[in-house]
Amino acid sequence: MVATGSQEHAAVAAAASPLLQVRGLTLEYRSERQRIRATHEVSFQVQQGDRFVLLGASGCGKSSLLKAIAGFVPASAGDILLDGQPVRGPGPDRVVVFQEFDQLPPWKTVLDNVAFGLLASRQCPRDEARRRATEALTTVGLARFADAYPHQLSGGMKQRVAIARALAMRPRVLLMDEPFAALDALTRRSLQEELLRLWQELRFTLIFVTHSIDEALLVGNRILLLSPHPGRVRAELDAADFGLHNAGGEAFQAQQQRIHHLLFDQ
Amino acid sequence: MSTVSRPEILFELPPLPAQAAEVSEPLARRLWQRDGVRQAVVLVVMAGLWELAARWAGNDLLLPGFLQAATAWWDDLRNGELLARTGISLALLLQGYVLGIALALGLSAAAVATRTGRDVLGALTALFNPLPAIALLPLALLWFGLGAGSLVFVLVHAVLWPVALATLSGFQGVPETLRMAGRNYGLTGLRYVLNILVPSALPAILSGLRIGWAFAWRTLIAAELFFGASSGRGGLGWYIFQSRNELMTDKVFAGLATVVLIGWVAERLVFDSLERVTVRRWGMQR
Repeated sequence: MVATGSQEHAAVAAAASPLLQVRGLTLEYRSERQRIRATHEVSFQVQQGDRFVLLGASGCGKSSLLKAIAGFVPASAGDILLDGQPVRGPGPDRVVVFQEFDQLPPWKTVLDNVAFGLLASRQCPRDEARRRATEALTTVGLARFADAYPHQLSGGMKQRVAIARALAMRPRVLLMDEPFAALDALTRRSLQEELLRLWQELRFTLIFVTHSIDEALLVGNRILLLSPHPGRVRAELDAADFGLHNAGGEAFQAQQQRIHHLLFDQ
Repeated sequence: MSTVSRPEILFELPPLPAQAAEVSEPLARRLWQRDGVRQAVVLVVMAGLWELAARWAGNDLLLPGFLQAATAWWDDLRNGELLARTGISLALLLQGYVLGIALALGLSAAAVATRTGRDVLGALTALFNPLPAIALLPLALLWFGLGAGSLVFVLVHAVLWPVALATLSGFQGVPETLRMAGRNYGLTGLRYVLNILVPSALPAILSGLRIGWAFAWRTLIAAELFFGASSGRGGLGWYIFQSRNELMTDKVFAGLATVVLIGWVAERLVFDSLERVTVRRWGMQR
């Protein structure tokens, strides 16, 4: 009975065809004295090929939400379904690009770093992994630095490697946790452009966490606005019309203002 | 608004003139830049002072000169005695060292994985780390008799606790992001420890290995002063003790010099090279 039930469920999910479903998700952190609620009954759906942005001020639980999707944080209530299957623990089908530069093992060269994920998750044999890693490095324009160690790269290049390593693994969903927040403004803009170019090329599904309204409008096609303490869904907006071509334009600025009001005027 | 409109200026950038040829520093200056050379000079000066003091004291029994000690060292090196003694000591040392490291890695892996393991290691290191390994020798002799077994037991004790402590603190210092990245790839259990924790904790582990090595070497030489002849074959410590009994003080100095030299070789050649090809190359340590 249970088996047919879940099959039925999977069939329904496939018909509606969201790639990822978050249903009534409540996340809590336990500190010594109290439980802190990071998000409260958050629900949303991500479709195949979406560039889905989680946007909110600090303390709105957007990073916790991403970590829950990645499988690092267990849900207190509600659930997360990927392809109709509940998420239990971290896995290579949901690769995370973190903000911190130390996500790249410093003892591996750039090429080995990109191949490492493929080997560690036993996705493919060594030769194939190196070939795919080289390919991914070429896509982000770092083929020349294949034999360098991470400490020899600039911050922007490290994030490019992190993106390459994630793309090489061909995950169902690519999760990015404020990946460009630690970069200078010029590098950030060029990496945003690069991410959009890669998406044009590969059409992966992206969930992107940011606290920058500007970045959310540029990168995303759907924006989930979260209100803080604890995080609750304030709105789900469409941003498909905004991109690099009209950044700073009138409509862009109007939408920026609107989001600002939604986030800060209660 | 008193801004006067000033003209904008654009510069064309012509190609840079060829760089002036590099000027090489004189040889003496380049040599002096090397730490090894400067330290060698200090050593030579100290050897000279030693020789002068010995000549001034004029008592071979209490303080033989540098040259006399060096001659004794060279003689025993050539007739093979020092090499044989060193071989015995090093063979024992390696047994104890390797066994100690294996136990330390196992304990700290258990400690990082489970809370019970952490409690066990915490309690054990708190008890045993302050206990000098050599103090266990009488007990070891009682349990394992006069021989290699006792020495290995004491050596394991000397190595295990400092290495385990250093390894655990290295494991605990692995960045959270790196841990998550490893788990993201689906690494768990032993593969996670070997692929993420050990390489990332390598600077701490290496410094633990250095300390463990020095402890083990000191303990071994001290233990060999205790006994050695009764088991038939003594190591370097026994060589020093025997030479003193025979009032050949120059050989005592030769033995001490060998002990120091081996310690130096291990530090400089083994551990420094190990660091150079790993953590320094990876930019984890400068």
